[in-house]
Amino acid sequence: MANGSKQIVDFAKIKATMADPYKHPVQVIDREGKVVDPDTLAKYSDDQLVDFMKKMVWERTLHEQTMNFSRQGRLGFYAPTAGEEASEMGSVTAFKQQDFLLPAYRDLPQMIQHGTTVAKGFLWSKGHVQGNQHENPNMLFPQIIIGAQYVETAGVALGIKKNGDEDRVAFVYTGDGGTSQGDWYEGVNFTSAFQAPAVFFVQNNGWAISVPRYKQTGAETLAQKAVAMGVPSVQVDGMDIVAVHEVSKAAREFAAAGNGPVVIETLTYRYGAHSSAGDDPSRYRTKEEEKPWFDADPLIRMRKVLTDKGVWSQDQEDKLVDEYKDEFKQAMKEAEAAPAQKVSDFLKWTYNVPTPAVKKQIAEFEAKESK
Amino acid sequence: MAKMTYIKAITSGLDQVLNDDPKTLIFGEDVGKNGGVFRTTIGLQDKYGEDRVFDTPLAESGILGLAIGLSLTGWRPIPEIQFMGFTFEAMDGIVGQLARDHYRFGGQKNFPVTVRTPFGGGTHTAEMHADNLENYFTSTPGLRVVTPANPYDAKGLIISAVESDDPVLFMENLKLYRSMKDEVPDEKYTVPLDSAKVVREGSDITIVAYSAEVNESLTAADALAKDNISAEVIDLRSLSPIDTDTIFASIDKTHKVVVVQEAQRMAGVGAVVASDIAEEKIMSLDAPIGRVAAPDSIYPFAQAENDWIPNADDIEAKAREIANY
Repeated sequence: MANGSKQIVDFAKIKATMADPYKHPVQVIDREGKVVDPDTLAKYSDDQLVDFMKKMVWERTLHEQTMNFSRQGRLGFYAPTAGEEASEMGSVTAFKQQDFLLPAYRDLPQMIQHGTTVAKGFLWSKGHVQGNQHENPNMLFPQIIIGAQYVETAGVALGIKKNGDEDRVAFVYTGDGGTSQGDWYEGVNFTSAFQAPAVFFVQNNGWAISVPRYKQTGAETLAQKAVAMGVPSVQVDGMDIVAVHEVSKAAREFAAAGNGPVVIETLTYRYGAHSSAGDDPSRYRTKEEEKPWFDADPLIRMRKVLTDKGVWSQDQEDKLVDEYKDEFKQAMKEAEAAPAQKVSDFLKWTYNVPTPAVKKQIAEFEAKESK
Repeated sequence: MAKMTYIKAITSGLDQVLNDDPKTLIFGEDVGKNGGVFRTTIGLQDKYGEDRVFDTPLAESGILGLAIGLSLTGWRPIPEIQFMGFTFEAMDGIVGQLARDHYRFGGQKNFPVTVRTPFGGGTHTAEMHADNLENYFTSTPGLRVVTPANPYDAKGLIISAVESDDPVLFMENLKLYRSMKDEVPDEKYTVPLDSAKVVREGSDITIVAYSAEVNESLTAADALAKDNISAEVIDLRSLSPIDTDTIFASIDKTHKVVVVQEAQRMAGVGAVVASDIAEEKIMSLDAPIGRVAAPDSIYPFAQAENDWIPNADDIEAKAREIANY
């Protein structure tokens, strides 16, 4: 070739630099508990920081209690949340009651924060319709089909825009594996095309059941996927509740102001199994991999910041844990007292107006149920 | 009253519901400025604005997600899936989500979505455009499936579908779009979502059909009449639920029945009708239940469509066999 090695396009360079904007995940408190962004931290009062810590202790205790309940056979499908407290509590607290939450199955803690009860969360896990009926109507039940909540978010966000609702957004969660779904792209892309108000969370906890994050895609970060859809995105230290909250708040403001959607990737870790249904992480990952993540624990670093400030003590935390445990045990009692479900009701809810065949089946089941 | 094609009747019905309910929305691929690839939504964006009638990105699962999310925020969505073969891309949205959501909420929330989609053979389309895929949807609890066989029912059914608080799959037959005209009232009227209709009265044999096969059955009935075989033809109109009352009443009169479908024999609407008849009316029958259906191959390459789709001759032959049993 006349021009030697000069090429019209340098794909190697493009590939090497495309993740450059994502080299430094947002962080306020580092893994040692050192404050690396004091200006941001200074925006928060001690009370607010203590509240963050309380919410994380609440979620960790909920996790531990649900694992106990699972072992006792008192819950159905349940997705453990330990490790993801900063990611989940830091994000959900940035939203308002009127915002519409589209959760997946690991997001019961956010649902409870957004306006349902612990008992309803347990009822969902146990398989009871009341687990889908929430005090705050601005949420769906946990999505099981990974990705479906993303396309539905596009519709909720467009509906909010068409209604002209002020100061209202849709927000949604999935995991690292979820970003491989076609629906993930369709959901973000539709919302971008309509410039509708939504915040898309990707809780990158490293594992989609047994498949590690690096096997999901050749992309260096999951956040950068949003760029292709014309959507701004960010990676945030998902073990740092202040950073997650600050980023989530900024995203909500941006979306609510009519600027279109945002994608947030939180870097976090699933300490436990995928679900309570027999998954065993020791089959596919090592203790050596887990250790640095356990050391980066969101509660440890927040505990250090608050203890240094003199606003937190182990006694206080132990007392809280006991209170929460009592609350969860009470909630389980409440869940266990829910009325038995009736097949005749299932039939009544299948259509608004029962079809002739369904009408017959309702009568059959009602006769059985009244015996 | 004006003579209208099947497609114009659907447009007229859509115009009516957009006019009546400001919460109705039409969206899909090419439905806006272009008025749909068949022009079913022509003129509606001009009349109601881009807020109410709008194009979406090219992704069917996204279109269904949009419909479900819009329902959750108080809208009454009328999405179009451009061809029924593309509903596979929206299968989770229709079957996994939409059909179940009212139930999941314990009846507390409605999802009044009408999914419109064209289907049906005989117009030599590309692959995956013409298949009769109703079977996948009629076995889905929570979803109503209707398909009109003439312009009058097309307008009345689309209005009923949109007004229904249940999700409805509204199947539009490609071949019928412009091949037949009917008297269609300009004003609003509805056709019930769950009722079959006797479209030709007869006394010797009942022919149950739907969509384009209704016309084939009527042609067959004309031929049978020349030999003094009086065929009653029933248009199912609703494929889920099936109006068995109308079918059973006819069988009590004729005591013989042939069930016709354009879909492959193994693809079930005709099989469901036959089993309902067998369960409830076997003692009223004087002959086995006859079935006319396409063979169990993959949908044929376009050039061979006419050798494959059941036609009036096939129906006539089967009806003759059963009538003379």
